[in-house]
Amino acid sequence: MQAAITIAVLVIILAVAWRFLGDYLAAVYGGRVRWLAPVERLALRALGVDPTAEQDWKTYAVSLLAFSLVAIFFTYAIQRLQGFLPLNPQHLPGVTPALAFNTAVSFVTNTNWQNYAGETTMSYFTQMAALAVQMFASAAVGMAVAIALVRGLAARKRETIGNFWVDVVRGTLYVLLPIAAVAAVVFVAQGAVQTLAGPAHITDALNGVRQTIPRGPVASQEAIKQLGTNGGGFFNANGAHPFENPTPVTNFLSVVLILIIPVALTRTFGKMVGSMRQGVAILAVMTVIFAGTLAFTAVSESRGNAAVRHAGITAQASGNLVGKETRFGTFDSALYDVTSTQTSTGSVDSAADSYTPLGGLGMLSGMMLGEVSPGGVGSGLYTILLFAVLAVFIGGLMVGRTPEYLGKKIQAKEVQLATIGILVMPITVLVLTAIAVETSAGRAGPLNAGPHGFSEILYAFTSQGNNNGSAFAGLSGNTDLYNIAGGIAMLLGRFGVILPTLALAGSLAGKTPVPEGEGTFRTDSPIFGVLLTGVLLIVGGLTFFPALALGPIAEQLAAGRIWP
Amino acid sequence: MVLRQLRRGVVLALLFLVVCGLAYPLAETALAQGLFGYQANGSIGAGGSVLIGQTFTGPGFFHTRPDSNQPMATGGSNLGPRSAALVAQVKSQIAYWHSQGVSPTNDLVTTSGSGVDPDISPAAAYAQVPMVAKARGLSVRSLENLVASQVHGRQLGFLGSPYVNVLELNRALARLSAPGLASGAA
Repeated sequence: MQAAITIAVLVIILAVAWRFLGDYLAAVYGGRVRWLAPVERLALRALGVDPTAEQDWKTYAVSLLAFSLVAIFFTYAIQRLQGFLPLNPQHLPGVTPALAFNTAVSFVTNTNWQNYAGETTMSYFTQMAALAVQMFASAAVGMAVAIALVRGLAARKRETIGNFWVDVVRGTLYVLLPIAAVAAVVFVAQGAVQTLAGPAHITDALNGVRQTIPRGPVASQEAIKQLGTNGGGFFNANGAHPFENPTPVTNFLSVVLILIIPVALTRTFGKMVGSMRQGVAILAVMTVIFAGTLAFTAVSESRGNAAVRHAGITAQASGNLVGKETRFGTFDSALYDVTSTQTSTGSVDSAADSYTPLGGLGMLSGMMLGEVSPGGVGSGLYTILLFAVLAVFIGGLMVGRTPEYLGKKIQAKEVQLATIGILVMPITVLVLTAIAVETSAGRAGPLNAGPHGFSEILYAFTSQGNNNGSAFAGLSGNTDLYNIAGGIAMLLGRFGVILPTLALAGSLAGKTPVPEGEGTFRTDSPIFGVLLTGVLLIVGGLTFFPALALGPIAEQLAAGRIWP
Repeated sequence: MVLRQLRRGVVLALLFLVVCGLAYPLAETALAQGLFGYQANGSIGAGGSVLIGQTFTGPGFFHTRPDSNQPMATGGSNLGPRSAALVAQVKSQIAYWHSQGVSPTNDLVTTSGSGVDPDISPAAAYAQVPMVAKARGLSVRSLENLVASQVHGRQLGFLGSPYVNVLELNRALARLSAPGLASGAA
């Protein structure tokens, strides 16, 4: 009952966001939102950018890569130099090179994989000016790429797909900053901390307990961490920490913040291509996958923990509580973690490593399908559109016609680009997992024995290859192997998809739309939705099934077995 | 072309640093301190933060979950659902509670996600009532009423799980047992 009300309220809020934020996003990227025009003008003047001058896909891509390169450098440098920088009340020393590299790549690629514990590694300045900054920037970049691809689909024989600098400035100024600013206040009102003062030292007269309690500018980071589908926690415990996620209300707000932009972007897409039904078709596919995974994971978690049962607690009416917070309980925890892994967020309010085998499988599968349901800000839309191109191609093969999508002929070049964008991730994930499993340095990582240990390694590369950032956190990832291999996975998972996407945008923009004919395969129909869902499940399922069989599936099937 | 875009990249990175990295969090800090000073500084009273779990020992107090309650090292145990180490931990917790005459609930024998979970389920609090009543010489009835008065229901009626904050519960317990100490302890 409680779960049903929660889902109903969530659906209503997302429907409102879809309607209004979807239109607003279209207006922002169309240059029709002006309420911060003076600030926007100032920023564009500093950049030396003419807001009306558009870029072809290559210039757009070069701009994106240049900005990302500089961003990685800034993020790396601030971490290394934090010992000499202000706002460091704990006098933390500079971060070591391999870890600083991994973390810089992690935050610039919207991954937020964390091989460190924030409270004992990062100064307030690093958290604010290096990490939280990239939470804004990487989200704005993701949205920009999605909008560029949609422009390519909507264009009639054009060279250009927009201006990267203008898109990033507008997305940050008109969308990310205002929503985050409001959400942060709600987080604080509920109990999230927001202070520049150092850790608090307390002594309790009642029980003689002495504690040093870390604090910091947490709420401001929390808001953009969720809204930008970033996921990097201020503290090691991430969304389970009471200072990050103090109440069930902030837990629910986090879920809402994660989902609003990816969901709204499907309307923006429909509006920009001139057919709302096209956006609805995409949203429907996202919803089916999301709902299926949530039901699967929540039911699995509600059935309790095998080890706890083995130890003697047979009645677990409250479900599997290992690694979960009392105030959230099983369902709200599963909702948060599923939302986080169906998008590129990767924050957790409960320890994924201690989920049931099938609960963990639910989280893994969201990432393995490429994070398209609804996926990260921007990245969810552009990734599912790559799959849509593949789906119309397969549909075309079945009926023997040249496929079209939104009036654009899908030819060899487009199919090649979409295929590259789709295959980069699984190849990266599986090859790096195989390398880690084959080396002793890799095998030293897992905390748990048996198939669960393999799952920890598989999860790490799946998460980084999809720019998710959540972890089966028993893995000791702060080693040269995992820092460097993980950095490579995050770079390939981000730019290995963005570059073919932008090339596809450029290629599609140059085409003249052909009018819809008698034999046109309609891509706003339920049958297309079924086809697209099938392509997603078959590509993800066939690619990853063998690996899953060695991990969570083996673990589930070994009923009653306990590993040392 | 590349050099011009790199220069723009540097300018934009600096703009982000100033606006999103400094102006935004500092403005939020000023706002938070002005509007919600107690929460913004960690919900800390005389004896600690109600949001950060503390370890209570002995039969005279209600206990939290068996978390380490070390705020500088937060996180879960990360033990998997078929881990022998998890079985052993839970078994030793069950044995401890049985030695105290308590029939433990699921949450009382498992660790949380944060490692500083400040709350337990109402059932876990009721389960500890006989132990505390015996140690303090209080009636079971009065302690059950005390627990009932400390239960936080679902937020907005549908979010999360009902819970009892252990620090608040023990503060109330101290007031009940020794009224003279109440002001000093709370």
